[in-house]
Amino acid sequence: MEYEISLVTAAGISVLFALSLNLITGFCGQISLGHAAFFGIGAYCSAMLCKAGMPFLLTLPFAMLLAGGVGVVVGLASLRVRADFLAITTMGVGFLFVGVVRQQDVLGGEMGISGIPDTGFSKLAFMTLTLVLCVAAALFSQYIRRSWMGQVFNAIAEDEDTTRVLGIDVPRFKLAAFAMGTALAGLAGALYANNLKFISPDSFGFIESMTVLSMVVIGGIGSVLGVTAAAVVLSLLPSMFTFIGDYKLLVYGGLLFLMMRFSPDGVTGAVNRLMAKGKR
Amino acid sequence: MLFIDLIAQGLVQGSIYALVALGLTLVYGLLRILHVAHAALFTLGGYIGVLVTNQFDSLGLAMVVAILVSGFAGVLMYRLCYEPILHRPPFVALIASIGLFIASEEIFRIAFGAYGMSYKNPPLQAQVVIGFLSFKQAELLVMIGGALIIGVLALLQSKTRLGIACQATVTDPQMAESFGIDLKKVRYVNFFIGSGLAGMAGVMVALLNNLVEPTMGSVPSYKALAIIVLGGLGSVPGTLMAAMTLGVVESFGTIYLGKLLDRNAIAFAFLILVLMVRPQGLFARK
Repeated sequence: MEYEISLVTAAGISVLFALSLNLITGFCGQISLGHAAFFGIGAYCSAMLCKAGMPFLLTLPFAMLLAGGVGVVVGLASLRVRADFLAITTMGVGFLFVGVVRQQDVLGGEMGISGIPDTGFSKLAFMTLTLVLCVAAALFSQYIRRSWMGQVFNAIAEDEDTTRVLGIDVPRFKLAAFAMGTALAGLAGALYANNLKFISPDSFGFIESMTVLSMVVIGGIGSVLGVTAAAVVLSLLPSMFTFIGDYKLLVYGGLLFLMMRFSPDGVTGAVNRLMAKGKR
Repeated sequence: MLFIDLIAQGLVQGSIYALVALGLTLVYGLLRILHVAHAALFTLGGYIGVLVTNQFDSLGLAMVVAILVSGFAGVLMYRLCYEPILHRPPFVALIASIGLFIASEEIFRIAFGAYGMSYKNPPLQAQVVIGFLSFKQAELLVMIGGALIIGVLALLQSKTRLGIACQATVTDPQMAESFGIDLKKVRYVNFFIGSGLAGMAGVMVALLNNLVEPTMGSVPSYKALAIIVLGGLGSVPGTLMAAMTLGVVESFGTIYLGKLLDRNAIAFAFLILVLMVRPQGLFARK
């Protein structure tokens, strides 16, 4: 059971992380190639606070606050630059985060932080907590999508200029998307740190940013159910089929490419098209 | 002395960046695609360079083969991967390209091993002293070769029919087509030249480090993206200036800011700083 519990916990954290990017890239159409930075900020914040003696649950809001705060600053950048420029800027933020952490001895530098104190939760309880947070995040996403704010996000994703002309305060909504998305990523990061008890800068690099983006893209950009499913499958894939382990990145890269080449709206889009065909 | 030495080192690094970024700019100018997988061709060039040199003991031959193979691989990549998704929103091509790049890095790793390869007897390693500066021969080759190639290309672009067709297509594809320019041909030629340059840069970097490894493309690929953005996306002179600037900023940065940030972080910190002040890039015309 131990093994299954740790798998489910890891998958749950991936789902949370993927849903957080879905708020920004999926709903609001703002591409981010550096999302792992916010995951990392949450992880480091929680790890440091836990080591300083703060109880685990109390560190979660701080992790969210810090990640969300930095997220708003990066969101401010999204007001200056758009589309391709934004993609490169967010990628830069990712590299900047890793670069800064690597050189700070306070944050453990190259070696990372190990020996994060016990959460006081049993494995099972930690898994339950993760899953509860996942469900909450999924419900929250659905709620946002149906709300007025979600409609505006959608409009911004479709056509920013027209939305602006309609008299909608686009910058405010973009910042809101970044704040929510990055705070959620911070939460996922905090769980990640306390689940593994060890973090190092390598766990938050470009490959992680790409992995989470591929979950969102393969799931079908914007679809909560699709993204959740893709996050579960992609995070379990390497452990379910151990022979994939060594080729994990090849599979990710290949899937990402094939998906974009043949079905840019992800599995959700492919399924929808098949259904439409079946009805005819 | 340190000052001038740092500038010289920065310019060597900048020349490499320029060769990689130039191809990327050609592609961006033409198709508005951020072609991350470009760096896969750089890696390909590096591997071919080492393999051919070790086999036939001729760097010149290795260079020619690397340029040709990378060039054709680039055209193939365009034909199979980008052409069918050109009408999609830009992020589709970007993500496809990233996927392609990650997969190709893995293919290099699986095919040639994770630890990379080196030259059996690395050519051009002797030191040359110019004034009070000393360079490796390979470093001189990188700078002079890079400048030469870029100069020739600039000449071709402004003097030949095909070069002018390229320029016209970048400025206004529809208008160019209505004047009878074969868009497809222009795109193929651009991909060939850009990818060939990347292959050549790969051979040169392999010479400088005497090592090729599967991940050698990742840093140049992201850096090159930063450079074309700094250069104002799609502008060739801007890209060259940005590549040199970034090379120099990095070499100073690692000395003076090395305690705070690593090399990549310095490059991207510079990029973000510039973009916040000038969102259109450092050298873009308004």
